[in-house]
Amino acid sequence: MGDMDDIVKDFLVESNENLDQLDRDLVKLEKDPTAREVLASIFRTIHTIKGTSGFLGFSRLGSVTHVGENLLSSLRDGRLLLNAEITSALLAMVDAVRGMLVNIENTGREGEGDYNSLIELLTLLQKSEKKKENNQTATAGTPASISPSAPPIGAPANPSCAPPTNAVEIMPPPPDPIEARMEPDPPPVAELHLGELLVQAGTTSPEQVHEALNLQHDGDIRRLGEILIEKGAAKPAAVQDALQGQAEARASALSESNIRVDVGLLDKLMNLVGELVLARNQILQFSSTQQDSTFLNTTQRLNLITTELQEGVMKTRMQPIGNIWSKFPRVVRDLATGCGKQIRLEMDGKETELDKTLIEAIKDPLTHLVRNAVDHGVESPEKRVAAGKPAEGRLFLRAFHEGGQVNIEISDDGAGIDVERVKQKALAKSLITIDQASRMNDRELMNLIFLPGLSTADKVTNVSGRGVGMDVVKTNIEKIGGTVDVQSRPGHGTTLKVKIPLTLAIIPALVVTSGGDRYAIPQVSLLELVRLEGEQARKGIEMIHGAPVHRLRGKLLPLAYLNQQLCVENTRNGTDRNSRSGNHLSTSQSELGQLDFASARSKHQLWVAKLHAVVEGKATMTPSQAGSHKDCDLGKWLYSTGLAEFHDTPEIHQLETLHQAFHEAVGSGLSFINAGDKARSEMEMARVEALSGQIVSLLTDIELQKAAGAAANIVVLQADDRQFGLVVDEINDTEEIVVKPLGKQLKGISTFAGATIMGDGQVALILDVLGLAQRANVVSEVRDRSVNENSSPAETHNEDGESLLLLRGPDNGRMAMPLSLVARLEEFSRSSVETAEGRDVVQYRDQILPLIHLSSALPDRRVQTRSSNLMSSEKEVESDKIQVVVYTDQGRSVGLVVDRILDIAQEKVKPQRRTGRQGTLGSMVVQGRVTELLDVKGIIQSADPSFFTEQAAA
Amino acid sequence: MAVKKQFSTFVVDRLLFGVEVEKVQEVIRYQEMTRVPLAPPVVKGLINLRGQIVTAVDLRCRLGLPERADDDLPMNVVIRHEDGAVSLLVDEIGDVLEVEDEAFELPPGTLSRGVRELIRGVYKLKGALLIALDTDKMLNLVTTGTRGA
Repeated sequence: MGDMDDIVKDFLVESNENLDQLDRDLVKLEKDPTAREVLASIFRTIHTIKGTSGFLGFSRLGSVTHVGENLLSSLRDGRLLLNAEITSALLAMVDAVRGMLVNIENTGREGEGDYNSLIELLTLLQKSEKKKENNQTATAGTPASISPSAPPIGAPANPSCAPPTNAVEIMPPPPDPIEARMEPDPPPVAELHLGELLVQAGTTSPEQVHEALNLQHDGDIRRLGEILIEKGAAKPAAVQDALQGQAEARASALSESNIRVDVGLLDKLMNLVGELVLARNQILQFSSTQQDSTFLNTTQRLNLITTELQEGVMKTRMQPIGNIWSKFPRVVRDLATGCGKQIRLEMDGKETELDKTLIEAIKDPLTHLVRNAVDHGVESPEKRVAAGKPAEGRLFLRAFHEGGQVNIEISDDGAGIDVERVKQKALAKSLITIDQASRMNDRELMNLIFLPGLSTADKVTNVSGRGVGMDVVKTNIEKIGGTVDVQSRPGHGTTLKVKIPLTLAIIPALVVTSGGDRYAIPQVSLLELVRLEGEQARKGIEMIHGAPVHRLRGKLLPLAYLNQQLCVENTRNGTDRNSRSGNHLSTSQSELGQLDFASARSKHQLWVAKLHAVVEGKATMTPSQAGSHKDCDLGKWLYSTGLAEFHDTPEIHQLETLHQAFHEAVGSGLSFINAGDKARSEMEMARVEALSGQIVSLLTDIELQKAAGAAANIVVLQADDRQFGLVVDEINDTEEIVVKPLGKQLKGISTFAGATIMGDGQVALILDVLGLAQRANVVSEVRDRSVNENSSPAETHNEDGESLLLLRGPDNGRMAMPLSLVARLEEFSRSSVETAEGRDVVQYRDQILPLIHLSSALPDRRVQTRSSNLMSSEKEVESDKIQVVVYTDQGRSVGLVVDRILDIAQEKVKPQRRTGRQGTLGSMVVQGRVTELLDVKGIIQSADPSFFTEQAAA
Repeated sequence: MAVKKQFSTFVVDRLLFGVEVEKVQEVIRYQEMTRVPLAPPVVKGLINLRGQIVTAVDLRCRLGLPERADDDLPMNVVIRHEDGAVSLLVDEIGDVLEVEDEAFELPPGTLSRGVRELIRGVYKLKGALLIALDTDKMLNLVTTGTRGA
């Protein structure tokens, strides 16, 4: 019975599709009960299901659809008018049919469901019409009535279900209660057999056709038309017309028909195309070494064809997202009615296409989000009216392509997410600690809703509220490489934004080399490539609080080193990497980059502090301990990591020499102290200090240089709305790669999105830009707080000066402030500046950041002709961005608006002229120019006296 | 009535191990691997197997046995798995052996817990002991890191 199974399968597939359409149609119809075509379409669908169910022997299905069909017929003929009750009943019927189809799919039988009450209801509703029930009468225009009707249960293959037949006509044996009669419109001409057509046209009688068929059956091989003509039953012209009509109809039917293809077959095609792409890549690589022009031409053709083929096959799997959305009107309607809410659903962008596998994957998450919005988001009509909103809530679905991704937004204009409640619930369920809660900003708190077990619903309904939904949604979306984000305004509504990559299979990527291995970076995240050489490399990479940054056209770009992120130790022989640079020194510098100079420096400083304690008599150290340059922490570091691997680098040698001298001096100094020889001991200690300073500055120098190296390749990437730079050893080509998923064992590594096979057959890993960024902390919100927490004055107060941030002041003069006071450098557009309490503020990380303009803080400056008052926009401004230096203290932040950030310098802070001018601590020479040192704290104090006294709100 | 099973066998650190022959997709000589940074230490790398990317798991590491010498190249036993194929790195490949159920015994209690969970049991052969591996457990637990011996 294999054929039977296929027929059943087809029936199920088609019926399910039709049922989805039914849902949509019924909801549409409810809104506009007079839409005739919709009603006709609904009728046809039920009719079809009824017919085939009879054929396949599903009697229950048949009975239910039969009654439904009767009801629909009354509606269609205008004998009944659609109301909510009827709609619900019809929807119930659709569900019943669905249920039975599921049973058939699972067990092959309809199941034991009792649909009698449903049948009764439908019958009752139908009987409520005044005219007598007579849905057997054929209305005008019904076709080919071969014989009078009879309830068509058990009819053979229904022509309206079957695909158009081919030219050899075999008429179904009469008297044949053909379903076609029940159709309100004639079935498409192509579906009618020639005989039927002729009878319909009136040129032949059914009996003559029947005779001709019998002849055919008995062996006459002529075509039906011929037989009829020969018998004189039909005129040649009539036959000709009928045939032509059939052909035309068939042609048009075919051209707009779709072909149902098994998804597995498409998958196979995709795989094959993937393999073809790989093979093509290999051939391309090989062809670059060949000269033969025929070969090259053919390769080029192969290349073009493969690309087109790849695009075409990918398109076959693309489906409009409307396929999922089509269910939503019904879902929303049912839910809203169930909750007693009124909700209008608007959908925009339903033709946005996605790969089929992605559609499957997001179906459930999206459904859940929609249900959530209805259940929890939108308030009841009473609440809404009380809040001054229209009683009908609005649920807005939007889909569009952007940046290589599909964006889906689900917004409602409901009550929004109450961040406070979320926090309380999370605390109550011990999902976060009080400490964590106090440090989170609103956005982080809102994202708590994605934690499993968290729900702010007061009641658990059967729709949602148990707290198992949102985390599953997030997991499922992340599983396909997407992201989900929530934004909400209390009282106004919530928006959930889902982003998923367009396709997973074949993507263009940039290949880079780092640590000796190749990695692929998806081009969709790639913004630009920056190469710094020589001096540029040294100066281009600056350190802010130990984090490397690069200034890219004025904006600070946080950097991450791929080698460090992957913890790829310099295990290989350093000389074969970077051999292209040819410069021995540069080789050593990039190798030195692997050593942690910052920690070496702090080790040394700690030791010096201990030494001070000893000198003051607070601690003791034996002279041998003090004098040993191998026993102190720095020495240990030097002689293990430092010298062992890099014994031929000049810096390390210099360090070693200095260090030895340092300890010698310490040793003798201590012994002089012990001997009581004050003069000599002081001399020695002075020498100690000097040497220590030199050591520290050498370490700092190397550290700064290490970040630069001789040449730096920076790949500027975009992750989650933020940009960062990835420093790699080498940049290779861009290639199209086939993305292959990583095995289960490796799926958890957030830095990799998959693997691919390169043209030479080697496997290369594909980097997950977002995962990498998160790991490197270049996009984390929390990072900035910790940066500020870690900033202790001690760190930047070393002997040779502080790091200073240089800016241009309001009178074009140069100003400086200690870098240690800078939490962040930000750029805002002028339009984002608002006023509150008479001051300029800007929304920053969900806080309100008050702004202080330097011009107003330094009142006795000559103010520039270009007004720096942001509110007066009459003058054309140079740019619509303002530079803000953010200062944070105890959780409270304030932004200093500056004209321009110039540079970062290292200088000893010794103000030479103390002026009484408000706002400065004096002036000094920095980088050879006279620079005023800002009194940051003073400026803030005068602008907002309460800043330092008020504690930050939790 | 002796129920027989066929095992594909291989040697790791001079111990004879076996996996049901139906589970083995193929056995292949040393393949160049691409290492995976940040992966658990048992994952030695990725192999290109006729266009399929296969994760290579070092059995020595997984079973807590000492590391292979640098110049000893491992062989690959590619196992079929629900998620795709995984290759086990072994020292040498053995024959396909037929064993009888009666020769089966559960692993001794003296084995450390970590290893015991990976072993289905032991078949007593003439002159050798065949340790039957539980491939599912072996590959499943890789995600949680190595269990030392």
